[in-house]
Amino acid sequence: MATQHSRSIARMMLAPATTLLLAWMLIPLIMTLYFSFKKYLPLRGGDLGWVGFDNYVRFISSSAFWPAVATTLIIVGGVLLITILLGILLALLLDQPIWGQGVVRILVIAPFFVMPTVSGLVWKNMFMDPVNGFFAHIWRVFGAEPIQWLSHASMPSLVMIISWQWLPFATLILLTAIQSLDSEQIEAAEMDGAKPLSRFFFIILPHLARAITVVVLIQTIFLLSIFAEIFVTTAGAFGTKTLTYLIFQRVLESQNVGLGSAGGVYAIILANIVAIFLMRIVGKNLDR
Amino acid sequence: MARAVTPRRKAINTIIAWLVGLLIFFPILWIVVLSLKTEGDAIKTPLEVLTSVWTLESYAVVQDRSDYFKHFSNSVIIALGSTLLGIVVAVPAAWSMAFVPSRRTRGILMWMLSTKMLPAVGVLYPIYLLFIELGILDSRIGLVVVLMLINLPIIVWMLYTYFKEIPGEILEAARMDGANLKAELIYVLTPMAIPGIASTILLNVILAWNEAFWTLNLTAAKAAPLTAFIASYSSPEGLFYAKLSAASVMAITPILIMGWFSQKQLVRGLTFGAVK
Repeated sequence: MATQHSRSIARMMLAPATTLLLAWMLIPLIMTLYFSFKKYLPLRGGDLGWVGFDNYVRFISSSAFWPAVATTLIIVGGVLLITILLGILLALLLDQPIWGQGVVRILVIAPFFVMPTVSGLVWKNMFMDPVNGFFAHIWRVFGAEPIQWLSHASMPSLVMIISWQWLPFATLILLTAIQSLDSEQIEAAEMDGAKPLSRFFFIILPHLARAITVVVLIQTIFLLSIFAEIFVTTAGAFGTKTLTYLIFQRVLESQNVGLGSAGGVYAIILANIVAIFLMRIVGKNLDR
Repeated sequence: MARAVTPRRKAINTIIAWLVGLLIFFPILWIVVLSLKTEGDAIKTPLEVLTSVWTLESYAVVQDRSDYFKHFSNSVIIALGSTLLGIVVAVPAAWSMAFVPSRRTRGILMWMLSTKMLPAVGVLYPIYLLFIELGILDSRIGLVVVLMLINLPIIVWMLYTYFKEIPGEILEAARMDGANLKAELIYVLTPMAIPGIASTILLNVILAWNEAFWTLNLTAAKAAPLTAFIASYSSPEGLFYAKLSAASVMAITPILIMGWFSQKQLVRGLTFGAVK
């Protein structure tokens, strides 16, 4: 059992981490809250006084707000749908005994390690460029007019790029979950004459439920703050301005700090709603 | 869950899996190909690209003209620095929570996790302003600190789950034999904890290397790591496919190699132990 002495040492050892994180959380958060109630234009007069909830109202009622919310939801929803559906299929495939399993696994998870600016630019130029891109060349082979991917089909293109990056994550987690499934259970079901499809829906899918939830929550948190992929591809043009990107533009590009900060507070609230669900699942696991 | 299947099934599965794997990997493969071509050849049709001459020219150009190594070393310093600093802060914290748990341990762990979920853009301006005030905008030390802080919750959590797996009885036995705290740390805990610490370092170097919100917003010419250097190709002039490919290949190769070693830790680290 721990003694009183070791307890006080333990508290001291915990202190640096908690102090740093507390400062990291509180100081910027308080500053953001403070700015959100001010008219603050660093390049055009600086601090122009308190404005109450003006920024909050203006942020929501600006014509860019609802499109940004829609864009954010389409990106998060689209990427989740694609990565989870394909992720389940891929995990089932990789779980089968095949030759060269290790190498295939490596090929599949590789995109996750590609830095976001690289994947954004590589897709934008080498693949989606309407003149010299890979797709344009392929389209021309079939006599078709190349698609202006990032301007005429900007949202599907972005969802595709981001899905490519996140598919490995979903696959890896779902594969880990499938591999933890008791093979005897599957064999028993097989002997009882369960067809592959019913084995999938009644044994594998329920077993995956928890892993799928975790994938959904973690990806949602990361996808809500997608930035670099948009920054290097469309820079927010062609209807690809997400909430994160809108706030970034308000704060750093047009230097309207008050308005951007109010947007930041909305983003924090939104992320917290998702976070509560994720924390509940992680917390449950902690008790076991 | 692996079960025995007929050789024919296995052959079919193998072909499908390899095709899918190569399809997913193809963009990376393709930039490797383009990086080995001249600028003029890199924009031709895929067939012409494959049949044109191979050259290492672009790699030389990227290094000569753009201070590639400056950005590369910025990336190394920022990724390693933030990770090691994080380890120094997190090891004592994770140790104390794993071995001397109190009523508040669970709450502290959950709270740490919650700070990770704070959207960066929500605190962009305050951090930007503080960086200007402190004179550390576009400095490596500033990024080391910020990336350390955003990854600290993951580092603490990973270490905590690894430390939890070290049986407490061993520590108790050491204490019974008269080991004091220092001896306990150095001779008992450290050797058992090293694999966990190593995996934690590996995963966090990867995360810090690829981080692309703070690195893009808090750096300019001086401290820009590879993420920001590559982003400078978003409005290029002239032909640049081969150069961009070469720069990209050099930027992602070290992390791809590290990533392949850390597959298992990736799941544990990024799901905070919720999926093992």
